Amino acid sequence: MSELKLEADVLVIGGGMAAGWAAIAAARTGARVVLADKGFVGTSGVTATAGPNHWWVPPDPAQREAAISRRFQSGFGLADKAWMARVIDTTWRILPELAPYYPFSRDGAGGTFFSGVRGPEYMRALRNFATDLGVRILDHHPALELLLHPDGSVAGAAGYARLERRNWSIRAGAVVMATGGCAFRSGLIGSRGNTGDGCLMAVEAGAELSGMEFSVAYTLSPAWCSTRTLPYTAARFFDVDGNELDIPPGSGAEHLRGLAAAFRGGPVYADLRDAPAPLRTILGRIQPATAPPFARKGVRLFDERFEVKLFGEGTIRGTGGLRIADAHCQTTVRGLFAAGDAATRELIAGATSGGGAQNSAWALTSGYEAGEGAATLARKSVRGNDGPVLRAGRTALRPAAAAKTVDDGAAIAVAAAQILPLDKALWRERETLEASQLLLDQVWAELVAHRQAEGLDQVGAREAAAIVATARWCNFAALARPESRGIHLRADAPRTLPELASRLVTGGTDALWTRFEADLQAGAAA
Amino acid sequence: MIAHIFEDLCTGCNACVAACPDHVLDLGPATVPVIARLDQCQTCFMCELYCPADAIFVAPDQRAPEHVDPAAILASGQLGQMRRDQGWGTGDADPLREYWRLGPLLMEGAQRAVDRYKQSHPEWSPPER
Repeated sequence: MSELKLEADVLVIGGGMAAGWAAIAAARTGARVVLADKGFVGTSGVTATAGPNHWWVPPDPAQREAAISRRFQSGFGLADKAWMARVIDTTWRILPELAPYYPFSRDGAGGTFFSGVRGPEYMRALRNFATDLGVRILDHHPALELLLHPDGSVAGAAGYARLERRNWSIRAGAVVMATGGCAFRSGLIGSRGNTGDGCLMAVEAGAELSGMEFSVAYTLSPAWCSTRTLPYTAARFFDVDGNELDIPPGSGAEHLRGLAAAFRGGPVYADLRDAPAPLRTILGRIQPATAPPFARKGVRLFDERFEVKLFGEGTIRGTGGLRIADAHCQTTVRGLFAAGDAATRELIAGATSGGGAQNSAWALTSGYEAGEGAATLARKSVRGNDGPVLRAGRTALRPAAAAKTVDDGAAIAVAAAQILPLDKALWRERETLEASQLLLDQVWAELVAHRQAEGLDQVGAREAAAIVATARWCNFAALARPESRGIHLRADAPRTLPELASRLVTGGTDALWTRFEADLQAGAAA
Repeated sequence: MIAHIFEDLCTGCNACVAACPDHVLDLGPATVPVIARLDQCQTCFMCELYCPADAIFVAPDQRAPEHVDPAAILASGQLGQMRRDQGWGTGDADPLREYWRLGPLLMEGAQRAVDRYKQSHPEWSPPER
């Protein structure tokens, strides 16, 4: 089949909530919008299988100031109060606008419950809202690379339509990268397609990353199937002999390190008998996808102990991503905007994950800002969608040396083995990080030199390249921050150093580099 | 992972092929879709949710393919259970009326865990968020 060629004012790449909001915001300005997603807008990404709550603070100045102040302090000096205020305000104003498409219900206190939404209905609503605004949605159209004007600004993207089996290219005045984070194929529910593609495409085009060291987050699930975590609230933990394990509660470092230490001794079992009683009857209606993995395994969720596992979240619930250079989420590459988990969330979460509510509010707001910003830029552009373009993609598309067989699965396994193991991630040390960097550099060099994919194979090959690239950035950034701060935990540098209270910028594909933002700004001012 | 498509229930609408976020399924040569790339299945149950005929069944283990007995699945009542819980296609006009309880239940459980841990560790206090 011949190549699909399209033109748009704004091209949105990705299909989760940030991408949905970006497309909606851009289309509302009257822009012609195309959204190209790897999967299906409605089931793609980690929102579709979840139930995101949103950071929800009424427009009362005192309440908002208190919320911002509290989260600013817990961000370890790396968050930005103006951004926090914007995220709270945009979320409060925009989310209820989904009402014609989403069955908002009561809040148990006489009002409407807006802040929490169930994933499949939320994503279906975003899809229908965008479609009604005239957005052209291309499902199963993974993007492979960005197109650049000769001056380095973004001119569109190219990819492969995997159901129709043909290449596509779309010229656009601006591009929003909303491809999600990278979970390094940990098995985390919803994350299989979250392979860091957007970061790879963007960095190949010259964009920068920030906060990649803040990539340590895990979700507890039954060992056989990743689920959402509602039932595990109040869980007790036991070893294989039935001895109760001493695991501090919560979701932070203490809890994770407690579980990690327990896993060294063998399988760990959860006991949910202390869970709030109403969960037994209404779990199926709140989180319908949580019950089947138990029912179909013959495990009585709240009455029997079962083996658990921590599934890595990488840069999904972790914080790092594309560096944002202006108030509309434009990256340092002109015409390229970043939103959701593909972008850094440090502006509101600092050195922490931020947790689900901040993350969803960030995806909504950054998506909305990026969509509006992209539409504005595209409208001002006088260039039009013709003229020569360069294709920015390289690894796995255009090998540097003779093409030969490279095992994508083995490359992914090496990346996962450096990033996901609990002992490496929760007790980072220079020596281990340096050893990992060597391995990752070797795998990357092999992909750069020899991997060449055609047709459908391009999709998996680029995913492997993006996973390895993301692992390299995370590991490299972890080495470059010789302290512990937030979710970045160095066993060899357990203290937080006041002089390192600055965001860490990472870039490069082959030769990697890092700079503290404070130094970048000092350099620019000098 | 996806374990079985009931050919006699499948209408050939291919909603599952479209809805699968991970390209596990291909359009079949006749009407029934083909499980073409099972290694890409993440056991997310989205194909079941999007199947209006309740003709596709996902086995619970994401680590390896499982063989299932179609007759036992039919007898178990599990086929389509998640879609019914979700309220899709059931005519329920207000499927999310209990959804507001998610946050309070999470908080209640977290507090219960903190109280329990403090009993055995009187010196411990929860880390600040």
